[in-house]
Amino acid sequence: MTTQSWSLLGIYLAVLFAAIKPLGLYMVKLMEAPRSPSLARLENGLFRLCGIEREEMSWRQYALAVLVFSLMGCIAVYALQRLQLWLPLNPQRLPNVTPDSSFNTAISFVTNTNWQGYGGETTMSHLTQMLGLGTQNFVSAAAGIAVAFALIRGFARHSAQTIGNFWADLYRATAYLLLPLSFVLALALISQGVVQNFSAHQEVVTLEPTIYEITRVDNTGQPVTYARGDAIVDAVSVTAQTLPMGPAASQIAIKQLGTNGGGFFNVNSAHPYENPTALTNFLEAMAILLIPAALCYTFGKAVGDTRQGWAVLAAMTVIFVGAAIATISFEQQGNPKLTALGADQTAGALQSGGNMEGKETRYGIGASALWAVATTAASNGSVNSMHDSFTPLGGLIPMWLIQLGEVAFGGVGSGLYGMLAFALMAMFIAGLMIGRTPEYLGKKIEAFEMKMVSIAILITPALALLGAAVGVMAAGGRATIFNPGPHGFSEVLYAFSSAANNNGSAFAGLGANTPFYNGWLGAAMWFGRFGVIVPVLAIAGSLAAKKKLAVGPGAMPTHGPLFVTLLVGTVLLIGALTYIPALALGPIVEHLILWSIS
Amino acid sequence: MTAKQLSMFEPRLVRPAMIDSFRKLDLRVQIRNPVMFVVYVGALFTTGLWLHALSGGHGEAPAWFIGTVTLWLWFTVLFANFAEALAEGRSKAQAASLRAAKQTIMAKKLREPRYGAALDYVHGAELRRGDVALVEAGDTIPADGEVIEGAASVNESAITGESAPVIREAGGDFSAVTGGTTVLSDWIVMRITVNPGEAFIDRMIALVEGARRQKTPNEIALTILLVALTLAFLLATVTLLPYTLYSVTAAGAGAPVTVTALVALLVCLIPTTIGALLSAIGIAGMSRMLGANVIATSGRAVEAAGDVNVLLLDKTGTITLGNRQADAFLPVSGTTERQLADAAQLASLADETPEGRSIVVLAKRLFNLRERDIRALGATFVPFSAQTRMSGVNLGKRQIRKGAEDAIRRHVETNGGGIPAEASRLVAEVSRRGSTPLVVSEHARVLGIIELKDIVKGGIRERFAELRRMGIKTVMITGDNRLTAAAIAAEAGVDDFLAEATPEAKLALIRQYQAEGHLVAMTGDGSNDAPALAQADVAVAMHSGTQAAKEAGNMVDLDSNPTKLLEVVVVGKQMLMTRGALTTFSIANDVAKYFAIIPAIFAGVYPQLNALNVMNLASPQSAILSAVIFNALIIVALIPLALKGIRYRPRGAGAVLRRNLAIYGLGGIVVPFVGIKLIDLGLAAVGLV
Repeated sequence: MTTQSWSLLGIYLAVLFAAIKPLGLYMVKLMEAPRSPSLARLENGLFRLCGIEREEMSWRQYALAVLVFSLMGCIAVYALQRLQLWLPLNPQRLPNVTPDSSFNTAISFVTNTNWQGYGGETTMSHLTQMLGLGTQNFVSAAAGIAVAFALIRGFARHSAQTIGNFWADLYRATAYLLLPLSFVLALALISQGVVQNFSAHQEVVTLEPTIYEITRVDNTGQPVTYARGDAIVDAVSVTAQTLPMGPAASQIAIKQLGTNGGGFFNVNSAHPYENPTALTNFLEAMAILLIPAALCYTFGKAVGDTRQGWAVLAAMTVIFVGAAIATISFEQQGNPKLTALGADQTAGALQSGGNMEGKETRYGIGASALWAVATTAASNGSVNSMHDSFTPLGGLIPMWLIQLGEVAFGGVGSGLYGMLAFALMAMFIAGLMIGRTPEYLGKKIEAFEMKMVSIAILITPALALLGAAVGVMAAGGRATIFNPGPHGFSEVLYAFSSAANNNGSAFAGLGANTPFYNGWLGAAMWFGRFGVIVPVLAIAGSLAAKKKLAVGPGAMPTHGPLFVTLLVGTVLLIGALTYIPALALGPIVEHLILWSIS
Repeated sequence: MTAKQLSMFEPRLVRPAMIDSFRKLDLRVQIRNPVMFVVYVGALFTTGLWLHALSGGHGEAPAWFIGTVTLWLWFTVLFANFAEALAEGRSKAQAASLRAAKQTIMAKKLREPRYGAALDYVHGAELRRGDVALVEAGDTIPADGEVIEGAASVNESAITGESAPVIREAGGDFSAVTGGTTVLSDWIVMRITVNPGEAFIDRMIALVEGARRQKTPNEIALTILLVALTLAFLLATVTLLPYTLYSVTAAGAGAPVTVTALVALLVCLIPTTIGALLSAIGIAGMSRMLGANVIATSGRAVEAAGDVNVLLLDKTGTITLGNRQADAFLPVSGTTERQLADAAQLASLADETPEGRSIVVLAKRLFNLRERDIRALGATFVPFSAQTRMSGVNLGKRQIRKGAEDAIRRHVETNGGGIPAEASRLVAEVSRRGSTPLVVSEHARVLGIIELKDIVKGGIRERFAELRRMGIKTVMITGDNRLTAAAIAAEAGVDDFLAEATPEAKLALIRQYQAEGHLVAMTGDGSNDAPALAQADVAVAMHSGTQAAKEAGNMVDLDSNPTKLLEVVVVGKQMLMTRGALTTFSIANDVAKYFAIIPAIFAGVYPQLNALNVMNLASPQSAILSAVIFNALIIVALIPLALKGIRYRPRGAGAVLRRNLAIYGLGGIVVPFVGIKLIDLGLAAVGLV
């Protein structure tokens, strides 16, 4: 790692940690009704207008509310895409989106995944972007925070039947947290040159023709393939360039803050209109982890012992920093095949060195790799470089972070509740080892909790592994693997891991906008999201109903290094044991092949 | 109970256990243990593959290889069966020795519930609840029951192993008798309190033999975790077939993984070590409880004992020696110490309580006052009664009384006297020292104070310090006043005390602790303890106690030793710790197994992965075999640990966890690397691979 990478990582963490306590404290207040009389009046008025009761809900009611709300969101986003041609704010006259892509995109944005099988600027009208995708960016993030609030209440309450009201949590997370933060961030991005307008795209003539390749598709959207099964690729030469326009800044702010990740433009934050300067790059990367990290403090405060929150945060930080250092180092190492050909990949004053394929020279190794780690540690999925082009091991780390369940900070809300599920599992085994009925924060971990924890932790590996198996076996899946061999396998595995864990980033090189992938990945996203949320809410309900046991010296302390080690160990071990065989066939063997030939 | 802990691999237990291992191959038995059931199905599956390969079919691997893997998969199942069978065998041996105490007994059934009524000779097994029987010297008590008339010395060694006879008498807290024990002298009329088959011994036998049929709550939760892990590994393994099929297609060369190798990988990864030993650990825990002469009414109770964080202990008998002893005579002015001692001795001559005896002895020791015959003196003894709350002697005109301060005050005031300020001061002083003051009076005059001292048991202080390190708070319960209680509490080193305890106060205290989130354990024997025993999370009733107390408790201590609670806690903890440690060990083992098997099973498609063969195993086949063999042998190697339980040291939770993580977590990672390599070397040496 270069000095520059070290200092970037250092500054990144320093700024992040400085923001945790104030933001975390602020979010504790969001768990209750606002104190300000004017806000309370506004809230009362709005809720009365919508005819919503703000009574406390049992976990079943809460889960039902989340599911119904998400289903409604899916229908709305699906309809917007299918009807956009006839709706306003479509200056490009973009056609209606295909049913399979609409299905996939609707689920993708509702589940906070933001997997994008489409290219934003060439597919979605401004209305679809703002009313459909933009809205879901806010409310899917708010729903994640709401579920985390519900789980926190489960730990904080005792002998209670309810875990809060979903509508109130959803509203407060959106109105008092996500809206103001993204407003400020959007203004900052605009000041740096991120576009924000309703204009049609601008045409310019380039100085030299650009030649690129495109997969040939038939009129159903299916790729046309050779008899062997490889897709037919056509070369295209163009001299005109289209500069895309639109309300980008407002959407980019929330896509980062809400760990959504769905870019306004196809190349996401590698696009100069989406991420023009070093400052925007830093701010956008910071925005990814801001709320997930601060929620840990909120958790500690709400359960009455901030040390508990710091301990969880410490475990997340350990995983994150380890992953960041590893990825940056692997990328800085470069590609031995290029070295063999005489390419200079050492870092110096004039070049960042290392493996620069698929990275913006504006960001270099450090900022690209750090972003890749942040976006996969969280369930963000926005990118400023192409993960597909990372070295095998440099790409393995982001993929593995996703596969760990995105619990190193993780998605807004989902990172915390995912990590707490791991904490319950770790404390279960630890509890047995010290000879007591396992407990965490004074709550006994019994059969029901273990059942739900098991579902929450194992649903995503099941979806990712089975999905990848279907992907490499089915003809529809194999058809669009453009890099057969270990790398092509990695792409499929990454796609299903990303969908199941609601990340949304991709190893490109896989043609995913096909009915096959749209359908399967859509299903993986839906079950990957709600297959975790429902058991987590069940845990919240069960914990809230329990008595709070006194935490005495006989109980295992959960705020020290021992707990942090145990938690990190559990996360890594579960992640390693479930995914190592699959990873061996992808990035690991790719790495061995790459380095054995050179 | 006479059953002793048997040596680990007692030959007379091993042989039936081996036979049972095969008997347990029954599908209906296997399906009860989800982890081992997966191994069972895998073994069946590879057996099929092996037969296919043998029958000249186009086997996916050499028949000898499939055959050897299959053989060891069956061994894995058998070893798990053996562990369980051995644990059951040991328990059954204990139960058998109990059953020996339950031979057919002829009982003298009374037609009316009084001594001397007409009687019938019936079989003990025919007695029902509510029947009344006479038991005379030399008879065996036919069933559990309560003495309603008479008193007798009873030899309870069949149950407790303690040869000293105990007194059982009607009324009070020593009225319970147990079937199978023998009356040594005198007679009792008893009412049967249980129907045949419900007696304590029956319950104990049923519990031992049925231990594996009822899972405890933590065992259920752990089983869920193990099933979840098994499912995860099942997914991670079965998906490798499509993955490698794709890899082979993409590479256009090589061979996908073989099903035999996948089954082997699956069996190695799923937590077979803990899965195989789980029920053995539970059964062994119950046996250890029995070994400590405690009958638990359920496995749940044993487990709950490990969670206890407040212990309520009766002062008398637990913290202090059962009896207070006279320690000093403190006369008021105008009386000499000798006069006081003389009066005190006279008042105590007929007092057969240990306190009374100790007064006589102290007077003799200090002033050489001989014991006098109370009848020769023409004295009448005034026994202690609940109304007067004092005792004494009337010797002609002399009315000597001893009792608590308020009782004596009432007595002297009715006689026109009063308690002098000096005496009150002495009473307060004695109380402050933690002793009990007895005021001695003659007619209307107070002579002085006898100081009765509680003797704190040796070593009890260290025991409490140990409990404190385990995170368990000790609370002393006593009927004494606050001053006395505080002094003894300080001397014994308990964390808290409840003075002037009434049954209601005890119950309230337990509820208060529970409301604060503590789990409370207590011991009790009297009928008035029953509500508190029923409220406590873990309640150990003394076997010598009343039927009501025993019904209310969830454990019965056959030795009637109140400090037994401490052993109960340790056994409960050990049971959980052994499970937790073996789970950790089992999962940690997988790291090494991955390094052994992954390069091996993918050798056909990606030979480059041999770079992960850090153990440098001889060949892919040897690697797979070594891992499978290690996986099977480790079960046998850990049987002693499962049966004995891992060592428990009273330390803080953090220290215990650190130690167990280091041994079973890190150890679990390292041991299989060594083990698999050694097996591989062995296989290569015999030229098998």
